[in-house]
Amino acid sequence: MKRYSAWSVFFNGLTGQRNWDRAWRDSEPRREYDIVIVGAGLHGLATAFYLAKNHGLGNIAVLEKGWLGGGNAGRNTTIVRSNYMMPGNRAFYEHSLKLWENLSHELNFNVMFSQRAHVSLLHSPAARDSAARRYNTMRLTGADGELWDLATLKRNIPHLNYSPDARFPITGAAVQPRAGTARHDAVAWGYARAADQCGVDIIQNCEVTGVTRDGGQVTDLHTSRGLIGGKKIGFAVAGNTSRLWRMAGLGKLPIETHKLQAFVSEPLKPLLDQVVVFGVGGTHFYISQSDKGGMVFGGDLDWYKSYAQRGNLPLVQDVSECATSILPCLGRVRLLRHWAGVMDMSMDGSPFICKTPLTNLYLNAGWNYGGFKASPASGWYFADLIANDRADPVIANHNLQRFEQGINLDERGAGPDPKLHG
Amino acid sequence: MIRIPCPFCGTRDHSEFSYGGDATVIYPPLDAAATDWIEAVFQRDNIDGVQFESWQHLHGCRMWIIVERDTCTHEILSVRPADDAIARALTIASAHPGGPA
Repeated sequence: MKRYSAWSVFFNGLTGQRNWDRAWRDSEPRREYDIVIVGAGLHGLATAFYLAKNHGLGNIAVLEKGWLGGGNAGRNTTIVRSNYMMPGNRAFYEHSLKLWENLSHELNFNVMFSQRAHVSLLHSPAARDSAARRYNTMRLTGADGELWDLATLKRNIPHLNYSPDARFPITGAAVQPRAGTARHDAVAWGYARAADQCGVDIIQNCEVTGVTRDGGQVTDLHTSRGLIGGKKIGFAVAGNTSRLWRMAGLGKLPIETHKLQAFVSEPLKPLLDQVVVFGVGGTHFYISQSDKGGMVFGGDLDWYKSYAQRGNLPLVQDVSECATSILPCLGRVRLLRHWAGVMDMSMDGSPFICKTPLTNLYLNAGWNYGGFKASPASGWYFADLIANDRADPVIANHNLQRFEQGINLDERGAGPDPKLHG
Repeated sequence: MIRIPCPFCGTRDHSEFSYGGDATVIYPPLDAAATDWIEAVFQRDNIDGVQFESWQHLHGCRMWIIVERDTCTHEILSVRPADDAIARALTIASAHPGGPA
Protein backbone atom coordinates (compact mmCIF):
# COMPACT_ATOMS: atom_id res chain seq x y z
CA MET A 1 0.00 0.00 0.00
CA LYS A 2 1.49 3.32 -1.06
CA ARG A 3 1.72 6.21 1.32
CA TYR A 4 -0.21 9.28 0.29
CA SER A 5 2.01 12.32 -0.28
CA ALA A 6 2.26 15.45 -2.37
CA TRP A 7 4.41 13.41 -4.76
CA SER A 8 1.72 10.70 -5.15
CA VAL A 9 -0.89 13.36 -5.94
CA PHE A 10 1.47 14.87 -8.53
CA PHE A 11 2.40 11.51 -10.09
CA ASN A 12 -1.20 10.29 -10.31
CA GLY A 13 -2.25 13.63 -11.74
CA LEU A 14 0.23 13.10 -14.60
CA THR A 15 -0.93 9.52 -15.24
CA GLY A 16 -4.66 10.14 -15.43
CA GLN A 17 -5.46 9.02 -11.85
CA ARG A 18 -5.29 5.37 -13.01
CA ASN A 19 -2.64 4.13 -10.58
CA TRP A 20 -4.23 4.61 -7.18
CA ASP A 21 -4.45 1.45 -5.05
CA ARG A 22 -7.59 0.39 -3.23
CA ALA A 23 -7.65 2.19 0.12
CA TRP A 24 -8.47 -1.07 1.93
CA ARG A 25 -9.04 -4.72 1.03
CA ASP A 26 -12.53 -6.18 0.71
CA SER A 27 -11.82 -9.07 3.09
CA GLU A 28 -13.59 -12.42 3.10
CA PRO A 29 -14.43 -13.53 6.63
CA ARG A 30 -12.37 -16.34 8.15
CA ARG A 31 -13.74 -18.81 10.67
CA GLU A 32 -11.56 -17.79 13.62
CA TYR A 33 -9.89 -14.61 14.76
CA ASP A 34 -8.03 -13.62 17.91
CA ILE A 35 -10.13 -10.47 18.26
CA VAL A 36 -13.47 -9.65 16.61
CA ILE A 37 -14.89 -6.12 16.85
CA VAL A 38 -18.58 -5.81 15.95
CA GLY A 39 -19.32 -2.48 14.28
CA ALA A 40 -17.08 -0.75 11.72
CA GLY A 41 -18.05 2.73 12.76
CA LEU A 42 -15.44 5.20 13.89
CA HIS A 43 -15.12 3.55 17.31
CA GLY A 44 -14.76 0.00 15.99
CA LEU A 45 -12.26 0.98 13.30
CA ALA A 46 -10.23 3.11 15.73
CA THR A 47 -10.20 0.21 18.18
CA ALA A 48 -8.86 -2.19 15.56
CA PHE A 49 -6.21 0.32 14.48
CA TYR A 50 -4.94 0.96 18.02
CA LEU A 51 -5.03 -2.78 18.87
CA ALA A 52 -2.60 -3.30 16.01
CA LYS A 53 -0.55 -0.14 16.39
CA ASN A 54 -0.33 0.40 20.17
CA HIS A 55 -0.42 -3.23 21.26
CA GLY A 56 1.14 -5.05 18.31
CA LEU A 57 -1.77 -7.47 18.02
CA GLY A 58 -2.81 -9.22 14.82
CA ASN A 59 -5.52 -11.56 13.51
CA ILE A 60 -8.25 -8.95 14.06
CA ALA A 61 -11.58 -8.58 12.23
CA VAL A 62 -14.09 -5.73 12.24
CA LEU A 63 -17.64 -6.74 11.24
CA GLU A 64 -20.05 -4.21 9.73
CA LYS A 65 -23.69 -4.94 8.98
CA GLY A 66 -23.94 -2.28 6.25
CA TRP A 67 -21.21 -0.37 4.54
CA LEU A 68 -18.28 1.39 6.12
CA GLY A 69 -19.23 4.81 7.46
CA GLY A 70 -22.94 4.24 6.80
CA GLY A 71 -24.17 4.39 10.38
CA ASN A 72 -23.66 7.20 12.86
CA ALA A 73 -20.22 7.90 11.33
CA GLY A 74 -22.17 9.52 8.51
CA ARG A 75 -24.98 10.92 10.67
CA ASN A 76 -23.43 13.58 12.89
CA THR A 77 -22.47 17.25 12.86
CA THR A 78 -18.69 16.52 13.01
CA ILE A 79 -17.99 18.70 16.07
CA VAL A 80 -14.82 17.98 18.06
CA ARG A 81 -14.32 19.54 21.51
CA SER A 82 -13.19 18.62 25.02
CA ASN A 83 -15.16 21.02 27.23
CA TYR A 84 -16.22 18.38 29.75
CA MET A 85 -16.04 18.82 33.50
CA MET A 86 -16.61 15.51 35.28
CA PRO A 87 -13.56 13.56 36.52
CA GLY A 88 -12.75 10.88 33.95
CA ASN A 89 -14.66 12.58 31.14
CA ARG A 90 -12.30 15.54 31.34
CA ALA A 91 -9.11 13.53 30.81
CA PHE A 92 -10.81 11.24 28.33
CA TYR A 93 -12.07 13.94 25.95
CA GLU A 94 -8.88 15.98 26.24
CA HIS A 95 -6.88 12.88 25.27
CA SER A 96 -9.25 12.51 22.32
CA LEU A 97 -8.68 16.12 21.24
CA LYS A 98 -4.92 15.58 21.39
CA LEU A 99 -5.27 12.50 19.18
CA TRP A 100 -7.38 14.55 16.74
CA GLU A 101 -4.62 17.13 16.52
CA ASN A 102 -2.22 14.55 15.09
CA LEU A 103 -4.72 12.24 13.40
CA SER A 104 -4.09 13.18 9.76
CA HIS A 105 -0.36 12.48 10.19
CA GLU A 106 -0.93 9.32 12.20
CA LEU A 107 -3.32 7.84 9.61
CA ASN A 108 -1.57 9.33 6.54
CA PHE A 109 -5.05 10.47 5.54
CA ASN A 110 -6.30 14.05 5.62
CA VAL A 111 -9.25 14.04 8.05
CA MET A 112 -9.57 17.81 7.46
CA PHE A 113 -9.50 18.58 11.18
CA SER A 114 -10.12 22.29 11.47
CA GLN A 115 -9.51 23.87 14.88
CA ARG A 116 -11.81 26.81 14.27
CA ALA A 117 -12.99 27.25 17.91
CA HIS A 118 -16.18 26.18 19.67
CA VAL A 119 -18.16 29.20 20.82
CA SER A 120 -20.97 28.67 23.36
CA LEU A 121 -23.10 31.81 23.59
CA LEU A 122 -23.88 33.16 27.06
CA HIS A 123 -27.00 35.13 27.91
CA SER A 124 -26.91 35.88 31.64
CA PRO A 125 -24.51 36.47 34.55
CA ALA A 126 -25.48 33.06 35.95
CA ALA A 127 -24.57 31.35 32.67
CA ARG A 128 -21.25 33.22 32.68
CA ASP A 129 -20.48 32.08 36.23
CA SER A 130 -21.33 28.50 35.35
CA ALA A 131 -19.16 28.66 32.22
CA ALA A 132 -16.28 30.20 34.22
CA ARG A 133 -16.44 27.29 36.64
CA ARG A 134 -16.50 24.71 33.84
CA TYR A 135 -13.77 26.28 31.72
CA ASN A 136 -11.50 26.95 34.72
CA THR A 137 -11.90 23.31 35.73
CA MET A 138 -10.91 22.31 32.21
CA ARG A 139 -7.86 24.58 32.25
CA LEU A 140 -6.68 23.02 35.51
CA THR A 141 -6.45 19.68 33.75
CA GLY A 142 -4.72 20.86 30.61
CA ALA A 143 -7.56 21.71 28.22
CA ASP A 144 -7.94 25.21 26.84
CA GLY A 145 -10.85 27.53 27.48
CA GLU A 146 -11.58 31.25 27.37
CA LEU A 147 -14.40 33.62 28.24
CA TRP A 148 -15.15 36.24 25.61
CA ASP A 149 -16.85 39.48 26.51
CA LEU A 150 -19.38 40.97 24.11
CA ALA A 151 -16.83 43.18 22.31
CA THR A 152 -14.53 40.22 21.59
CA LEU A 153 -17.44 38.11 20.41
CA LYS A 154 -18.68 40.85 18.08
CA ARG A 155 -15.19 41.28 16.65
CA ASN A 156 -14.93 37.54 15.90
CA ILE A 157 -18.50 36.87 14.74
CA PRO A 158 -20.03 40.18 13.64
CA HIS A 159 -23.30 38.90 12.21
CA LEU A 160 -25.00 37.15 15.14
CA ASN A 161 -28.24 38.67 16.39
CA TYR A 162 -26.93 41.10 19.04
CA SER A 163 -30.22 42.95 19.37
CA PRO A 164 -31.04 43.94 22.97
CA ASP A 165 -34.64 43.14 22.03
CA ALA A 166 -33.87 39.47 21.32
CA ARG A 167 -35.71 37.01 23.57
CA PHE A 168 -32.30 36.05 25.01
CA PRO A 169 -29.82 38.88 24.33
CA ILE A 170 -26.24 37.64 23.86
CA THR A 171 -23.84 38.87 26.56
CA GLY A 172 -20.64 36.95 25.73
CA ALA A 173 -19.34 33.47 25.06
CA ALA A 174 -17.39 30.56 26.52
CA VAL A 175 -14.86 29.44 23.96
CA GLN A 176 -12.60 26.48 23.37
CA PRO A 177 -10.14 27.66 20.67
CA ARG A 178 -8.63 24.19 19.98
CA ALA A 179 -12.05 22.68 19.25
CA GLY A 180 -13.46 22.49 15.74
CA THR A 181 -14.75 20.14 13.08
CA ALA A 182 -13.43 17.29 10.94
CA ARG A 183 -14.53 15.52 7.79
CA HIS A 184 -16.57 12.53 9.04
CA ASP A 185 -16.13 10.26 5.99
CA ALA A 186 -12.39 10.89 5.95
CA VAL A 187 -12.14 9.74 9.56
CA ALA A 188 -13.88 6.45 8.73
CA TRP A 189 -11.82 5.95 5.57
CA GLY A 190 -8.58 6.99 7.24
CA TYR A 191 -9.00 4.59 10.16
CA ALA A 192 -10.14 1.82 7.80
CA ARG A 193 -7.12 2.27 5.54
CA ALA A 194 -4.67 2.50 8.43
CA ALA A 195 -6.17 -0.55 10.17
CA ASP A 196 -6.14 -2.48 6.90
CA GLN A 197 -2.44 -1.68 6.46
CA CYS A 198 -1.86 -3.23 9.88
CA GLY A 199 -3.52 -6.43 8.61
CA VAL A 200 -7.01 -5.94 10.09
CA ASP A 201 -9.83 -7.62 8.10
CA ILE A 202 -12.73 -5.21 7.57
CA ILE A 203 -15.79 -7.25 6.62
CA GLN A 204 -18.76 -5.30 5.29
CA ASN A 205 -22.34 -6.51 4.76
CA CYS A 206 -21.81 -8.88 7.68
CA GLU A 207 -24.60 -8.50 10.20
CA VAL A 208 -24.40 -10.31 13.53
CA THR A 209 -27.66 -12.25 13.95
CA GLY A 210 -26.87 -14.34 17.00
CA VAL A 211 -24.34 -14.98 19.73
CA THR A 212 -23.36 -18.46 20.93
CA ARG A 213 -22.20 -18.75 24.51
CA ASP A 214 -20.40 -21.47 26.36
CA GLY A 215 -21.21 -20.66 29.97
CA GLY A 216 -19.45 -17.45 30.87
CA GLN A 217 -17.92 -16.69 27.51
CA VAL A 218 -18.82 -16.02 23.90
CA THR A 219 -17.68 -18.70 21.47
CA ASP A 220 -19.15 -17.76 18.11
CA LEU A 221 -20.98 -14.97 16.36
CA HIS A 222 -23.67 -15.98 13.87
CA THR A 223 -23.49 -13.55 10.98
CA SER A 224 -25.10 -13.07 7.60
CA ARG A 225 -21.78 -14.36 6.20
CA GLY A 226 -21.47 -17.44 8.36
CA LEU A 227 -20.07 -18.35 11.76
CA ILE A 228 -17.17 -16.26 13.03
CA GLY A 229 -15.32 -17.11 16.21
CA GLY A 230 -13.06 -14.91 18.30
CA LYS A 231 -10.95 -15.40 21.41
CA LYS A 232 -11.98 -11.88 22.42
CA ILE A 233 -15.08 -10.05 21.20
CA GLY A 234 -15.78 -6.31 21.37
CA PHE A 235 -19.15 -4.67 20.77
CA ALA A 236 -18.97 -1.13 19.36
CA VAL A 237 -22.46 -0.70 17.92
CA ALA A 238 -23.88 2.39 19.61
CA GLY A 239 -27.58 2.75 18.84
CA ASN A 240 -28.02 -1.02 18.60
CA THR A 241 -26.15 -2.08 21.73
CA SER A 242 -29.28 -3.40 23.47
CA ARG A 243 -30.03 -5.67 20.48
CA LEU A 244 -26.62 -7.37 20.64
CA TRP A 245 -26.72 -7.42 24.45
CA ARG A 246 -29.99 -9.40 24.27
CA MET A 247 -28.51 -11.77 21.64
CA ALA A 248 -25.75 -12.49 24.16
CA GLY A 249 -28.45 -13.29 26.73
CA LEU A 250 -27.38 -10.48 29.05
CA GLY A 251 -30.75 -8.77 29.66
CA LYS A 252 -31.08 -5.07 30.42
CA LEU A 253 -28.72 -2.11 30.06
CA PRO A 254 -28.76 1.48 31.41
CA ILE A 255 -29.38 2.64 27.83
CA GLU A 256 -32.32 3.82 25.70
CA THR A 257 -32.10 4.29 21.95
CA HIS A 258 -33.16 7.73 20.76
CA LYS A 259 -32.76 9.48 17.46
CA LEU A 260 -30.94 12.70 16.82
CA GLN A 261 -31.38 14.76 13.68
CA ALA A 262 -28.88 16.88 11.82
CA PHE A 263 -29.39 19.30 8.98
CA VAL A 264 -27.42 20.84 6.14
CA SER A 265 -28.36 23.88 4.07
CA GLU A 266 -27.56 24.72 0.47
CA PRO A 267 -23.90 25.77 0.06
CA LEU A 268 -23.12 29.39 0.89
CA LYS A 269 -20.02 31.54 0.56
CA PRO A 270 -17.87 31.65 3.74
CA LEU A 271 -20.16 32.87 6.51
CA LEU A 272 -19.24 31.26 9.81
CA ASP A 273 -15.67 30.42 10.84
CA GLN A 274 -16.49 28.85 14.22
CA VAL A 275 -18.76 26.24 15.75
CA VAL A 276 -21.49 28.27 17.47
CA VAL A 277 -23.68 26.82 20.22
CA PHE A 278 -26.92 28.39 21.42
CA GLY A 279 -28.43 26.82 24.51
CA VAL A 280 -30.70 28.78 26.81
CA GLY A 281 -34.29 28.63 28.00
CA GLY A 282 -34.86 25.07 26.83
CA THR A 283 -33.26 25.50 23.42
CA HIS A 284 -30.27 23.53 22.24
CA PHE A 285 -28.66 24.36 18.92
CA TYR A 286 -25.22 24.07 17.30
CA ILE A 287 -24.07 25.24 13.88
CA SER A 288 -20.95 25.31 11.76
CA GLN A 289 -20.14 25.68 8.07
CA SER A 290 -18.71 22.75 6.13
CA ASP A 291 -15.85 23.11 3.68
CA LYS A 292 -18.38 22.74 0.87
CA GLY A 293 -20.23 25.77 2.24
CA GLY A 294 -23.32 24.06 3.69
CA MET A 295 -24.47 25.23 7.09
CA VAL A 296 -24.41 22.06 9.23
CA PHE A 297 -26.59 22.24 12.32
CA GLY A 298 -28.60 20.27 14.84
CA GLY A 299 -30.49 20.52 18.09
CA ASP A 300 -32.30 18.27 20.52
CA LEU A 301 -33.30 14.63 20.31
CA ASP A 302 -36.71 13.78 18.87
CA TRP A 303 -37.92 13.35 22.49
CA TYR A 304 -39.18 9.77 22.27
CA LYS A 305 -37.43 6.42 22.06
CA SER A 306 -36.95 5.15 18.52
CA TYR A 307 -34.82 2.84 16.40
CA ALA A 308 -36.03 4.46 13.14
CA GLN A 309 -33.27 6.34 11.34
CA ARG A 310 -35.61 9.12 10.28
CA GLY A 311 -36.45 12.38 12.01
CA ASN A 312 -39.74 14.07 12.86
CA LEU A 313 -40.97 17.43 11.65
CA PRO A 314 -41.59 19.35 14.93
CA LEU A 315 -37.82 19.25 15.53
CA VAL A 316 -37.20 20.69 12.07
CA GLN A 317 -39.28 23.67 13.15
CA ASP A 318 -37.56 23.99 16.55
CA VAL A 319 -34.09 23.87 15.03
CA SER A 320 -34.98 26.32 12.25
CA GLU A 321 -36.35 28.75 14.83
CA CYS A 322 -33.09 28.54 16.77
CA ALA A 323 -31.08 29.09 13.58
CA THR A 324 -32.93 32.24 12.60
CA SER A 325 -32.98 33.61 16.14
CA ILE A 326 -29.18 33.75 16.40
CA LEU A 327 -28.37 34.08 12.69
CA PRO A 328 -31.31 35.99 11.14
CA CYS A 329 -29.34 36.13 7.87
CA LEU A 330 -30.20 32.43 7.38
CA GLY A 331 -33.89 33.23 7.05
CA ARG A 332 -34.06 32.74 3.27
CA VAL A 333 -31.55 29.87 3.09
CA ARG A 334 -32.94 26.56 1.86
CA LEU A 335 -32.53 23.35 3.79
CA LEU A 336 -30.84 20.77 1.58
CA ARG A 337 -30.99 17.56 3.60
CA HIS A 338 -31.75 16.30 7.07
CA TRP A 339 -31.09 12.92 8.56
CA ALA A 340 -31.38 11.05 11.85
CA GLY A 341 -29.05 8.68 13.62
CA VAL A 342 -29.91 6.36 16.49
CA MET A 343 -28.01 7.06 19.70
CA ASP A 344 -27.29 5.02 22.78
CA MET A 345 -28.63 7.48 25.36
CA SER A 346 -27.29 6.33 28.72
CA MET A 347 -28.81 7.00 32.12
CA ASP A 348 -26.25 9.69 33.03
CA GLY A 349 -25.17 10.91 29.59
CA SER A 350 -21.73 9.30 29.77
CA PRO A 351 -20.40 6.29 27.86
CA PHE A 352 -19.30 2.75 28.73
CA ILE A 353 -15.90 1.25 27.86
CA CYS A 354 -15.83 -1.78 30.07
CA LYS A 355 -15.73 -5.48 30.75
CA THR A 356 -19.01 -7.39 30.81
CA PRO A 357 -20.42 -10.35 32.75
CA LEU A 358 -18.89 -12.59 30.03
CA THR A 359 -15.14 -13.08 30.41
CA ASN A 360 -14.13 -12.54 26.77
CA LEU A 361 -16.74 -9.91 25.83
CA TYR A 362 -15.97 -6.17 26.02
CA LEU A 363 -18.42 -3.31 25.66
CA ASN A 364 -18.05 0.09 24.01
CA ALA A 365 -21.42 1.88 24.13
CA GLY A 366 -23.58 4.69 25.46
CA TRP A 367 -22.11 7.57 23.44
CA ASN A 368 -25.16 9.83 23.62
CA TYR A 369 -24.44 12.99 21.57
CA GLY A 370 -20.69 12.68 22.03
CA GLY A 371 -19.61 9.82 19.80
CA PHE A 372 -17.88 11.62 16.94
CA LYS A 373 -15.43 13.69 18.96
CA ALA A 374 -14.75 10.72 21.22
CA SER A 375 -13.87 8.19 18.54
CA PRO A 376 -10.02 8.39 18.69
CA ALA A 377 -9.86 8.11 22.50
CA SER A 378 -12.67 5.57 22.50
CA GLY A 379 -10.66 3.34 20.19
CA TRP A 380 -7.48 4.05 22.17
CA TYR A 381 -8.89 3.03 25.57
CA PHE A 382 -11.10 0.22 24.24
CA ALA A 383 -8.05 -1.32 22.54
CA ASP A 384 -6.11 -0.96 25.80
CA LEU A 385 -8.96 -2.65 27.71
CA ILE A 386 -9.18 -5.56 25.26
CA ALA A 387 -5.39 -6.03 25.02
CA ASN A 388 -4.67 -5.86 28.75
CA ASP A 389 -7.99 -7.04 30.19
CA ARG A 390 -8.12 -4.16 32.67
CA ALA A 391 -9.45 -0.61 32.53
CA ASP A 392 -7.05 2.31 32.30
CA PRO A 393 -7.49 4.70 35.30
CA VAL A 394 -8.98 7.33 32.94
CA ILE A 395 -11.95 5.04 32.18
CA ALA A 396 -12.12 3.51 35.64
CA ASN A 397 -15.71 4.68 36.13
CA HIS A 398 -16.93 4.25 32.55
CA ASN A 399 -18.47 0.92 33.44
CA LEU A 400 -21.91 -0.60 34.02
CA GLN A 401 -21.46 -0.71 37.80
CA ARG A 402 -21.18 3.02 38.35
CA PHE A 403 -24.92 3.48 38.93
CA GLU A 404 -25.09 1.04 41.83
CA GLN A 405 -21.95 2.66 43.26
CA GLY A 406 -23.46 6.15 42.97
CA ILE A 407 -20.65 7.39 40.71
CA ASN A 408 -22.90 8.79 37.98
CA LEU A 409 -20.99 10.84 35.38
CA ASP A 410 -23.87 13.23 34.78
CA GLU A 411 -22.40 16.34 33.06
CA ARG A 412 -25.77 18.09 32.88
CA GLY A 413 -27.06 16.99 36.26
CA ALA A 414 -30.25 15.90 34.50
CA GLY A 415 -30.91 12.67 36.40
CA PRO A 416 -31.65 9.14 35.17
CA ASP A 417 -33.76 10.01 32.12
CA PRO A 418 -31.88 9.18 28.90
CA LYS A 419 -33.66 11.72 26.70
CA LEU A 420 -32.50 14.62 28.90
CA HIS A 421 -28.77 14.08 28.34
CA GLY A 422 -28.49 16.12 25.17
CA MET B 1 -45.28 13.37 13.16
CA ILE B 2 -46.77 10.52 15.17
CA ARG B 3 -50.54 10.84 15.65
CA ILE B 4 -51.60 9.54 19.06
CA PRO B 5 -55.28 8.68 19.69
CA CYS B 6 -55.77 10.12 23.18
CA PRO B 7 -58.60 8.22 24.94
CA PHE B 8 -59.95 11.54 26.26
CA CYS B 9 -59.29 14.10 23.51
CA GLY B 10 -59.16 12.12 20.27
CA THR B 11 -56.28 11.84 17.83
CA ARG B 12 -53.63 14.53 18.26
CA ASP B 13 -50.07 15.27 17.08
CA HIS B 14 -47.33 13.78 19.25
CA SER B 15 -45.92 17.26 19.78
CA GLU B 16 -48.83 17.84 22.21
CA PHE B 17 -47.52 14.97 24.31
CA SER B 18 -44.50 14.42 26.52
CA TYR B 19 -42.75 11.03 26.36
CA GLY B 20 -42.49 9.26 29.70
CA GLY B 21 -40.66 6.01 29.08
CA ASP B 22 -40.93 2.26 29.44
CA ALA B 23 -44.37 1.65 31.01
CA THR B 24 -43.53 -1.85 32.16
CA VAL B 25 -41.11 -0.63 34.82
CA ILE B 26 -42.60 -1.28 38.25
CA TYR B 27 -41.12 0.78 41.04
CA PRO B 28 -40.52 -1.23 44.21
CA PRO B 29 -41.78 -0.27 47.71
CA LEU B 30 -39.80 2.51 49.40
CA ASP B 31 -38.19 0.06 51.82
CA ALA B 32 -37.14 -2.41 49.10
CA ALA B 33 -33.49 -3.40 48.68
CA ALA B 34 -31.19 -0.97 46.85
CA THR B 35 -30.63 -3.55 44.09
CA ASP B 36 -34.38 -3.49 43.29
CA TRP B 37 -34.31 0.30 43.01
CA ILE B 38 -31.17 0.27 40.82
CA GLU B 39 -32.94 -2.18 38.52
CA ALA B 40 -36.08 -0.01 38.30
CA VAL B 41 -34.37 3.37 37.96
CA PHE B 42 -31.42 2.55 35.69
CA GLN B 43 -31.96 -0.71 33.77
CA ARG B 44 -34.03 -0.84 30.58
CA ASP B 45 -35.03 -3.51 28.05
CA ASN B 46 -34.76 -0.89 25.27
CA ILE B 47 -36.97 -2.99 22.97
CA ASP B 48 -36.56 -2.74 19.20
CA GLY B 49 -40.15 -3.54 18.29
CA VAL B 50 -43.49 -3.27 20.07
CA GLN B 51 -43.29 -1.82 23.57
CA PHE B 52 -45.67 -0.31 26.12
CA GLU B 53 -44.67 3.24 26.97
CA SER B 54 -46.13 6.13 28.93
CA TRP B 55 -46.93 9.53 27.45
CA GLN B 56 -48.53 12.57 29.09
CA HIS B 57 -50.95 14.68 27.06
CA LEU B 58 -49.17 17.78 28.33
CA HIS B 59 -50.80 20.33 26.02
CA GLY B 60 -54.23 18.67 26.17
CA CYS B 61 -56.01 16.88 29.02
CA ARG B 62 -52.73 16.39 30.94
CA MET B 63 -53.63 12.74 31.53
CA TRP B 64 -50.99 10.00 31.49
CA ILE B 65 -51.68 7.29 28.93
CA ILE B 66 -50.11 3.95 28.00
CA VAL B 67 -49.29 3.63 24.30
CA GLU B 68 -48.41 0.34 22.61
CA ARG B 69 -46.02 1.39 19.85
CA ASP B 70 -43.48 -0.16 17.50
CA THR B 71 -40.18 1.63 18.12
CA CYS B 72 -38.89 0.71 14.64
CA THR B 73 -41.90 1.83 12.57
CA HIS B 74 -43.70 4.20 15.02
CA GLU B 75 -46.99 2.34 14.37
CA ILE B 76 -49.37 2.63 17.32
CA LEU B 77 -51.24 -0.57 18.19
CA SER B 78 -53.27 0.47 21.25
CA VAL B 79 -53.79 3.31 23.71
CA ARG B 80 -55.34 3.28 27.18
CA PRO B 81 -55.38 5.51 30.25
CA ALA B 82 -52.49 4.85 32.62
CA ASP B 83 -54.88 4.79 35.59
CA ASP B 84 -56.59 1.39 35.65
CA ALA B 85 -59.69 2.70 37.45
CA ILE B 86 -60.23 5.33 34.74
CA ALA B 87 -59.62 2.71 32.05
CA ARG B 88 -62.32 0.50 33.64
CA ALA B 89 -64.73 3.43 33.91
CA LEU B 90 -64.20 4.27 30.22
CA THR B 91 -64.84 0.64 29.25
CA ILE B 92 -68.11 0.61 31.21
CA ALA B 93 -69.13 3.96 29.75
CA SER B 94 -68.50 2.77 26.20
CA ALA B 95 -70.47 -0.43 26.84
CA HIS B 96 -73.44 1.64 28.10
CA PRO B 97 -73.50 4.78 25.96
CA GLY B 98 -76.90 5.85 27.38
CA GLY B 99 -75.58 5.95 30.94
CA PRO B 100 -75.48 3.33 33.72
CA ALA B 101 -77.89 0.46 33.06
